[in-house]
Amino acid sequence: MMRHTISVLVENKFGVLSRISGLFSGRGYNIESLSVNRTTDEGVSIMTIVTIGDDRVVEQIIKQLRKLVNVIRVRNVSEMDHIEREMILVKVHATQRTRPDVFNIVSTFRGKTVDITNESVVIELTGANDKILAFLNVMEPYGIIEVVRTGAIAIGRGSKMTSEMK
Amino acid sequence: MMTGAQILIESLKKEGVDLIFGYPGGVLLGVYDTLYDSDITHILPRHEQGGVHAAEGYARATGKVGVCFGTSGPGATNLVTGIANAHMDSIPMVVFTGQVATSLIGGDAFQEADIIGITRPIVKHSYMLTNVEETAAVIKEAFHIARTGRPGPVVIDLPKDVMAAKAKFEWPEKVNLTGYNPTVKGHLGQIKKMLRLLEGAKKPVIYMGGGVVLSEANEELVKFSEITGVPVVSSFLGLGGFPGTHENFVGWLGMHGNYASNMAVSDPDFILAIGTRFSDRSTGRLDGFAPNAKIAHIDVDPASISKNVQIEVPIVGDCKAVLKQALGEIDKFNWDKNASARKEWREQIKAWDKEHPFDYDRTADIIKPQYVVETIYKVTEGDAIICTEVGQNQMWAGQFYKFNRPHQFISSGGLGTMGYGFPAAIGAKLGCPDKEVFDIAGDGSILMNIQELTTAVQNKVAVKVAILNNRYLGMIRQWQNMFFNDRFSHCDLECQPDFVKLAEAFGAVGMRIDRKEDVENAVRESLKIKDRPVFMDFTVDRNENVFPMIPAGASVSEMLLMKK
Repeated sequence: MMRHTISVLVENKFGVLSRISGLFSGRGYNIESLSVNRTTDEGVSIMTIVTIGDDRVVEQIIKQLRKLVNVIRVRNVSEMDHIEREMILVKVHATQRTRPDVFNIVSTFRGKTVDITNESVVIELTGANDKILAFLNVMEPYGIIEVVRTGAIAIGRGSKMTSEMK
Repeated sequence: MMTGAQILIESLKKEGVDLIFGYPGGVLLGVYDTLYDSDITHILPRHEQGGVHAAEGYARATGKVGVCFGTSGPGATNLVTGIANAHMDSIPMVVFTGQVATSLIGGDAFQEADIIGITRPIVKHSYMLTNVEETAAVIKEAFHIARTGRPGPVVIDLPKDVMAAKAKFEWPEKVNLTGYNPTVKGHLGQIKKMLRLLEGAKKPVIYMGGGVVLSEANEELVKFSEITGVPVVSSFLGLGGFPGTHENFVGWLGMHGNYASNMAVSDPDFILAIGTRFSDRSTGRLDGFAPNAKIAHIDVDPASISKNVQIEVPIVGDCKAVLKQALGEIDKFNWDKNASARKEWREQIKAWDKEHPFDYDRTADIIKPQYVVETIYKVTEGDAIICTEVGQNQMWAGQFYKFNRPHQFISSGGLGTMGYGFPAAIGAKLGCPDKEVFDIAGDGSILMNIQELTTAVQNKVAVKVAILNNRYLGMIRQWQNMFFNDRFSHCDLECQPDFVKLAEAFGAVGMRIDRKEDVENAVRESLKIKDRPVFMDFTVDRNENVFPMIPAGASVSEMLLMKK
């Protein structure tokens, strides 16, 4: 079982998100995260889907996605040299006493503090999945109040376009 | 300027549609008003489910795209089973549903249902028309998607206001779908690789499916099998894709297929699969399916390749086109390479067939259901289009009628829809008026769409329905008999209508046949009736089971054979 990041270029049309999420639920595939937004072409959106499965399941997922009429292109980004990012907003307990420690960790992880009250801070952090998990792990002892997290987005390295049509 | 409804009808004409099945309703009144002036033949079923199955029967018998209409809400939801059926068996259909006006959508309006949402997992694609100007382009796309690649049903939802709005009618020259471009021709390197493996094989078999029928690759396949000398096994839905009377034809494999076919796929050294999806009903338990064989698979749907069974040589493309390419290369290979081993293999298959052919007790005094099917085969000289319901009737139809051409056998294979055969037969007969069309039915299934008798009588559709009446849900009884200790839970149809009177009440011809010696005569008599449907109610052996049988989840080695 491997974590795969799949990039799906879709026509920005009625019901396309439900076709894709429905395909996953109907065939019993699992979605770890899904993020979607427009590309530079407003008729086209790009979805980044993170799923977990063995090679055979992921091969079927990709083939089934390609069958959808509104799907323009599917690429298993995990198989190419790529950059992957997620973003989290974390609210952590931080009093006057613990705040310097928290700030230290945030700066080590190259995060940003975006809100401060007497009892808590809100931290914004981007990074790949493992970095995010490591950060949350370190923050745990301070008392995490709330985490809001985006799905992963990914882009290929170099001049090759992830959102290329062909 | 035209209304959306007018554009719709004009677009259907452009697509060459001459027959549609539909049931009007509130939001479709505008469309039906336009239809009133059109020369497209419209058949009114008596239930939307009958209409959608009839459209599918028409599509399967003619190879054209089936078209049907249902209104919003219940009209649309009644079409769901038929859409799912077409989806499972890859039949090209365009299904139009009425929808409430766009301003009312989402407000729980009268007869509103989210049919696009409901049908999403069972369509090849679907559209909700929101702009009248897109009407022609959407319809052209829908027909293109339905019939190309792996065919399937496309739903178009028609909001009332969009059908009333006006636009200029412009029929697009071509479809432009960036995300849809099915592969037709196969990769030549892969085709040669397949031929090389086939050339070296000692025990090869061709396993073909419904894709051969859909792409009409029958002639190419016959040539291919004759040149290479490779025997052909079919899936249930492939029947007719290769002539059933050809000496290279082994039969059909799977749960109720013949012994020789199942043995042939249990230990070959090479399988060439063509247009099939390795369904569980065909393969049985996967670890017992050809464990030592290399498999090449030709299919237009890449997702069907290596879905259930791992494939060594995938060839994505249309069956007919790929077989044509293969025939172009075929002379470069030596098909006598393993002549003696091949001969031994073919003789082995023949011996298996001789050992356990499809059979039944021919000496019985009462009517055996198999005898009825065999008699229909004899009397129609193997030329009729055969539709079936679902269950024992369906299996016996597949076992005792030999199909020699594509589009001759029409049966709900994937979904297994009871009540399918009769409306499908009506559609098939309307599509092929010169052919005799039979529905081999059970007394359970036939009641599920019995209302279509009216449709057949009204339109003078002379289909013949052979009810194999055992007063049971026979396949249920068989499983309860074999696997549930004879605990016959709710399969005894102890209360049945009088099918003769019932047929007569609808204005059809009814016959009851209780004696074996009357069977042939009844079938012959039925063929004389050209202006009405005929119901033949055959009182058959109540306890007859379908053999052979590979129980669900079992492998070929666990096949149950008829007691001799």
